[in-house]
Amino acid sequence: MIPELGNFSLILAFGLSILLGVIPMIGAARDNLLWMRLARPLTAGIFVFLSISLLILGYSFVTDDFSVAFVANHSNSALPIQYKMTAVWGGHEGSFLFWTWMLSGWMLAVTVFSKAMPDNFVARVLAIMGLICVGYTLFMLATSNPFDRVLPLPPADGADLNAALQDFAFIIHPPSLYMGYVGFSVVFAFAIAALISGRLDAAWARWCRPWANAAWAILTLGLSLGSWWAYYELGWGGWWAWDPVENPPLITWLLGAALIHSLAATEKRGVFKSWTVLLAIMAFASSLLGTFITRSGLLTSVHAFATDPTRGVYILGFLGLIIGGSLVLYAIRAPALKSEFGFGSWSREVFLLANNMILVVASAAILLGTLYPMVYQAISGGDLISVGPPYFNTIFVPLMGILVVLMAIGPISRWKKTSATYLRQQLTRVAIAAVVLGVAIPVVLTLEVPIAAIGTAVLALWVTFAMASDLWTKSGNKSTRLAGLKSLSLSYWGMQLAHFGFIMTMAGACLTSIYSIERSVLLQAGQSAELGNYTFVFNGTEPYQGPNFIADEASISVIRDEEFLFNLYAQKRLYTASGTPATHMGIDGRFFRDLFVSLGDPRAGGAWSMTLYVKPFVRWIWTGTIFIALGGILAVTDKRYRRYKVRRGEAVSVDSKQKTGDQTSAVSGGELTS
Amino acid sequence: MKNLKLYLPVIGFAVLAVFMWRGLYLDSRTLPSVLLDRPLPEFELRALETGDQLVSLEDLPDEPFILNIWGSYCLPCLQENPIFMAAREQGIIPIVGVNYKDTDDAAREWLDDNGNPFTLSIVDDTGRYGIDLGVYGAPETFIVDSQGVIRYKHIGVIDYQAWDDEIMPVIAAVQAEARS
Repeated sequence: MIPELGNFSLILAFGLSILLGVIPMIGAARDNLLWMRLARPLTAGIFVFLSISLLILGYSFVTDDFSVAFVANHSNSALPIQYKMTAVWGGHEGSFLFWTWMLSGWMLAVTVFSKAMPDNFVARVLAIMGLICVGYTLFMLATSNPFDRVLPLPPADGADLNAALQDFAFIIHPPSLYMGYVGFSVVFAFAIAALISGRLDAAWARWCRPWANAAWAILTLGLSLGSWWAYYELGWGGWWAWDPVENPPLITWLLGAALIHSLAATEKRGVFKSWTVLLAIMAFASSLLGTFITRSGLLTSVHAFATDPTRGVYILGFLGLIIGGSLVLYAIRAPALKSEFGFGSWSREVFLLANNMILVVASAAILLGTLYPMVYQAISGGDLISVGPPYFNTIFVPLMGILVVLMAIGPISRWKKTSATYLRQQLTRVAIAAVVLGVAIPVVLTLEVPIAAIGTAVLALWVTFAMASDLWTKSGNKSTRLAGLKSLSLSYWGMQLAHFGFIMTMAGACLTSIYSIERSVLLQAGQSAELGNYTFVFNGTEPYQGPNFIADEASISVIRDEEFLFNLYAQKRLYTASGTPATHMGIDGRFFRDLFVSLGDPRAGGAWSMTLYVKPFVRWIWTGTIFIALGGILAVTDKRYRRYKVRRGEAVSVDSKQKTGDQTSAVSGGELTS
Repeated sequence: MKNLKLYLPVIGFAVLAVFMWRGLYLDSRTLPSVLLDRPLPEFELRALETGDQLVSLEDLPDEPFILNIWGSYCLPCLQENPIFMAAREQGIIPIVGVNYKDTDDAAREWLDDNGNPFTLSIVDDTGRYGIDLGVYGAPETFIVDSQGVIRYKHIGVIDYQAWDDEIMPVIAAVQAEARS
């Protein structure tokens, strides 16, 4: 009975979504205030009913209601309670419900934080999101209902949650990834509303920016958690595999990064308008594409839950309607979005454009590499091929290199026109210091000349010093340095923090690729193996009883310079319900290096195969992403974006002198978010 | 007509969508096996029954047979076992087992407990032959024809449906070939 209530609630949410997609939209077209204002209560209703659905599904998991097919397939009575609750998003149907609920959550947030926006704009934004919600709820009801029952003979116990998903990171990775993904629907709705109304001005860009920043910051965390999870749970010593399902979020992330930069230019200078709108559409399109790839079984991957062509056809149809429709709308309406001002060749606009080009090219290349096997198979009808990491690395690494070089210059440059002398004056010292220290540090520390490490260090220092120099310059016009630093705006700090985080992530990624060492060994109890400066002594294994698994736990002592450091414990698990084996790594993580043991299989005579890793700087990758996300959040909290009232004259076309006046006063505050 | 370029994004998307639609109907899970239609790789391994007697390609059946990669640790193999047992009892096709990354004692005990469907059990405790065969893990199943050529490869567990829909047709085909 209870699961049927969940289903009923889902149907109600579907009905309300249709109303939301239609009534306020017509109201906005006919200028009917009553119809437009229905948008907020309808949104609240959708959120409430989807929440009820989600809670009931969670309840079915917690109470082990195995008559619900989805619960029977993804849970087990012995599953620990925290995984029972999170198993809601451990499979196709439930994760769709969770996803849709997230969407309604973002919609609710729009109703809360849009008090000062014009009614017709809010009505259109919510109506567009309502239409997206129609698509998702209909998809669930038609092809993948999480409340489907196994009656009259329900299984006695469930099949258990995928063993690799029974992990802390899984509790938080999908929610944050979905939340970031779905967040781009807000910016998408803003863009479509702007295309429909033909109103796209500085105020529009200012409304957009916090939403784009928030979605992007959360997506950053989601991606990072996924990478961290893969690192310590899958046990292959890597943190990114260019897996076909890892790539779409990265594409969305890159497009989102391009979007928040081009939004800055659109807000400040009224340029790149139609480009910004296109980016907003593409960012959301890529998130839908990610859904499609994961959910249709189009590409083989560990992430792919469901393989059912009808589902794929449905999602593709939905994708075609939403993306195709909005791109046609874009083609028709974009000519109305003219940029108002020109800019000089060394202006910040140019640097932002370069940033956008690099990020978009990088995403296109990743998309190509991800879909190429499928396209190849479709054309040739031949075997499935796979595009490996070499392709992605060859393209991605140099592009990021160029991006990093420009990253130092962009924030220092000025809008409209920067004098070459000023840039030279700001950057000469920075360049010299970066090169000297960048060469000296790796050579002194490792006593050899690792070219790749020197390149990494020079680039990282180049940006870091440029940031410091910019902070110094911009804090210099107040009586004290501290007052100067305090006067800088939150969005400026956000940008600096995010840039710093990005550099840290990139440096971590490069350095760990250069310096990581690994060794596969076969050890008997008491035997030891050397790797780098460390000696790993295998002390033998003990049986270990988990809540829903049994395991052999190996204890490995780590010794350096004849001094005992600590023990690492690695497990080889067998999840009893599903019979899946899984490994649990033994990891000691420090700021400068990780030691990592992955337990293999037992062999004759009590020996175990295992792989040992020493991975310097690997933690920087994830630490950096925390800074990136914090930077994004910091920029969201900047009060400037709360100022919804349109300044006089700004909405239509700003007098260019007045605009420049605004800029000079804002220079010390900084204006480029992230 | 200068606005025509604004239609480029939607055209690009349309092309992509067509490919994705085609892609839906392609089987992306059948990974290509380079060994398909090649002779079974050479080996010289112990036989489980005798312990230290070495067997090689010559000891394999002259007629078409199934080569099944299994291990006592492999739970899906338990699911396959009754199907193979039935196949043996009904004399459908001989089945050769490759005991993969396992210990002899555990393997013998498993066969005693669950029934032994194999006409011959080869011991690949190091997994070396598995590398030659391109094995991902147990269970995996190959169909070899009377010429010793690999004709089919199934990754993962064989349930009754897979047996009826995938395996039996191939067996029938290679046996018909062998008779003619």
